[in-house]
Amino acid sequence: MIPSYVPPKYKVEVDPNKCMLCERCTIECSWGVHRREGDRIISYSNRCGACHRCVAMCPRDAITIKENAVSWRSHPLWDIDARADIYNQAKTGCILLSGMANAKDHPIYFDKIVLDACQVTNPSIDPLREPMELRTYIGKKPKQLEFEFVEEEIDGKKIKKAKLKTKIAPNLKLDTPIMIAHMSYGALSLNAHLSFAKAVKECGTFMGTGEGGLPKALYPYADHIITQVASGRFGVNEEYLMKGAAIEIKIGQGAKPGIGGHLPGEKVTAEISATRMIPEGSDAISPAPHHDIYSIEDLAQLVRSLKEATRWKKPVFVKIAAVHNAPAIAVGIATSDADAVVIDGYKGGTGAAPKVFRDHVGIPIEMAIAAVDQRLREEGLRNEISIIASGGIRCAADVFKAIALGADAVYIGTAAMVALGCRVCGRCYTGLCAWGIATQRPELVKRLDPEVGARRVANLIKAWTHEIKELLGAAGINSIESLRGNRDRLRGVGLNEKELEVLGIKLAGE
Amino acid sequence: MEEVVIDAKDMHYRELNEKIHQILRENPDIKKIVLKNVLGQRFIGNGLQKKGLTIEIYGIPGGDLGMFMNGPTIIVHGNAEFAPGNTMDDGTIVIYGSSGDVTAHSMRGGKVFVRGDVGYRSGIHMKAYKDKVPVLVIGGRAKDFLGEYMAGGIIIVLNIDEKGNDLGKIKGRMIGTGIHGGAIYIRGEIDKDQLGVAADIKEFTQEDLEKIKPYIEEFCKWFNLPEDVKNKLINSKWTKIAPISKRPFGKLYTPDLM
Ligand code: SF4
Ligand code: SF4
Repeated sequence: MIPSYVPPKYKVEVDPNKCMLCERCTIECSWGVHRREGDRIISYSNRCGACHRCVAMCPRDAITIKENAVSWRSHPLWDIDARADIYNQAKTGCILLSGMANAKDHPIYFDKIVLDACQVTNPSIDPLREPMELRTYIGKKPKQLEFEFVEEEIDGKKIKKAKLKTKIAPNLKLDTPIMIAHMSYGALSLNAHLSFAKAVKECGTFMGTGEGGLPKALYPYADHIITQVASGRFGVNEEYLMKGAAIEIKIGQGAKPGIGGHLPGEKVTAEISATRMIPEGSDAISPAPHHDIYSIEDLAQLVRSLKEATRWKKPVFVKIAAVHNAPAIAVGIATSDADAVVIDGYKGGTGAAPKVFRDHVGIPIEMAIAAVDQRLREEGLRNEISIIASGGIRCAADVFKAIALGADAVYIGTAAMVALGCRVCGRCYTGLCAWGIATQRPELVKRLDPEVGARRVANLIKAWTHEIKELLGAAGINSIESLRGNRDRLRGVGLNEKELEVLGIKLAGE
Repeated sequence: MEEVVIDAKDMHYRELNEKIHQILRENPDIKKIVLKNVLGQRFIGNGLQKKGLTIEIYGIPGGDLGMFMNGPTIIVHGNAEFAPGNTMDDGTIVIYGSSGDVTAHSMRGGKVFVRGDVGYRSGIHMKAYKDKVPVLVIGGRAKDFLGEYMAGGIIIVLNIDEKGNDLGKIKGRMIGTGIHGGAIYIRGEIDKDQLGVAADIKEFTQEDLEKIKPYIEEFCKWFNLPEDVKNKLINSKWTKIAPISKRPFGKLYTPDLM
């Protein structure tokens, strides 16, 4: 066997003076870091991914985990990652897998954008006193409203009454512009999904199934679930399409634009196989393109076939990764009968992606939202289709900025997982998540109580919703509608002219 | 009412499909709907759920015929466009002519019989689960990438012309690229270099013959083929193409932790 050459990334130490040998860490660590030997706990640091489960669970606070950086000779170009990746590939000859979001030190544009606030002349609004309208409708809006006048007799008098002639397409009604992103059952555990489902129901919003089908246990929450149709068509049948509140076609994903999904056979357990409708233990491959989509017309065909199969009762979204020609694609999507375009930025998380894709492919979501919104306006299509943004949204301010840049609503993925306890350790693809989130192992899944999980996720959404109301008030606005695409409320700090131009915002001081 | 005829001349697909739904709503006992003068209307039978219903189509239906369909039988007296049987759940589609690309795309159950040829990437990503085993029987030939990413089900290529004569050696390339479930049966010989990555030629056994026989018989019945043609088909030399493994890309990714 070729040896690894890669030293441990973290150093795990158990303080024998504090440790009471309860052996809890030996059970908690799904990676097998800790073992009892005689009257002490021995830790194999090389297996540690800093998921912190043991630290959080140790009753004596006896465990310390540190980055093991000292063992590498420092070099500005050949950083630790670059070298470790080469050792791994020289050993295996394989594509490197990774989890979670882009780990490169690229600029986070959200952090270079600041929000404006009102002062004396246009006073701010107190959200505790004044109603703040966060309700958002996702879906097609008519270009104009047409009315017809019908004569009716009321109390013997003939009265002309106006009646709406325009047919309004079905829309999703969101009480808050925050939804939970598509993460598949398979990548995530059933308890993680149940936590999300209960939370979105409570908060009057929606979650996505991802491409793994809809487990029966989620049926009671189906009115708050957006079902996904990916190239693998896993779990897709008439019942699935009819169950959810809307359908999303996944073309691309922020963490891995241009490639498909792949759930390895060993993770296709009995339950996963039943939901995806494939045999146990066989690979679940979603190839990069949809086999029936080779042009924007083909995409329109799929949108329409889904609408036809659901009798035009469900909004259909199309999700693409943020790439440089996203605006042109969005125009195509807008003319295809789709109801919303979902743009997923390159900081979006994933359960598993080739590392080279996660870290190098795609463009920042901030730029993509602004460019798509701008282009759709120029084409006169913006009011006909909704924009949902996702990929690296970390706080209420990010949501607010995304909307001011032009989104109608956002999807959060990683943030919702962090609410469940996720440590962003990036090892989801191993299926051993010690927090019971990205795993199918019953003993690990059990660690996540869906009631507690739902409480935490609902709390997060509610907290952000409060914050958004406060931010709206400070901006002197009382509805989210007035914030959408309102880039005048944003200012750039430390951005160059071109960046400001793409974002469509002014520099602070202007 | 047992049977209804719709003249689809100059009808938009939405109108036509809505009409079908309306007829089904108003006549719960209906057995047959006949569509005359169909010319490119798409999505016929999409998501239809009714067992025991037959839709007969005269003309050429447009793409995604019977997509997500669950139960009915569709008979096409003519050619069909691309993707008939797309993600179909159950039911039967019988096409007297030829059909376009991605015929039987991601089909999950039911049967598609095409008397003539099929286009590129037919049977792509067909999948099976428990008793749901989709079947695609092609009378003539298939273009390249037959059964690409196939994850389950059965594809049978009979390789005969309208009269039942042999068409000669199959020329399709990249057969079964990425296949990881199910099997492709081709009448005649196939060279290894016609296969795509992950596909393999496996021994054609008596068990395989028993498996495909009923579908060949059903094909002959639908298209009225004489006994001798049927016997010839059954007693021919068959090539079975199946996956090298259930996990074709298992070794592509590093097992090492990062
Ligand atoms: S539980 Fe997590 S943090 Fe603790 S030793 Fe194991 S891998 Fe490291
Ligand atoms: S879901 Fe689990 S494995 Fe994935 S990053 Fe979070 S803690 Fe780590």
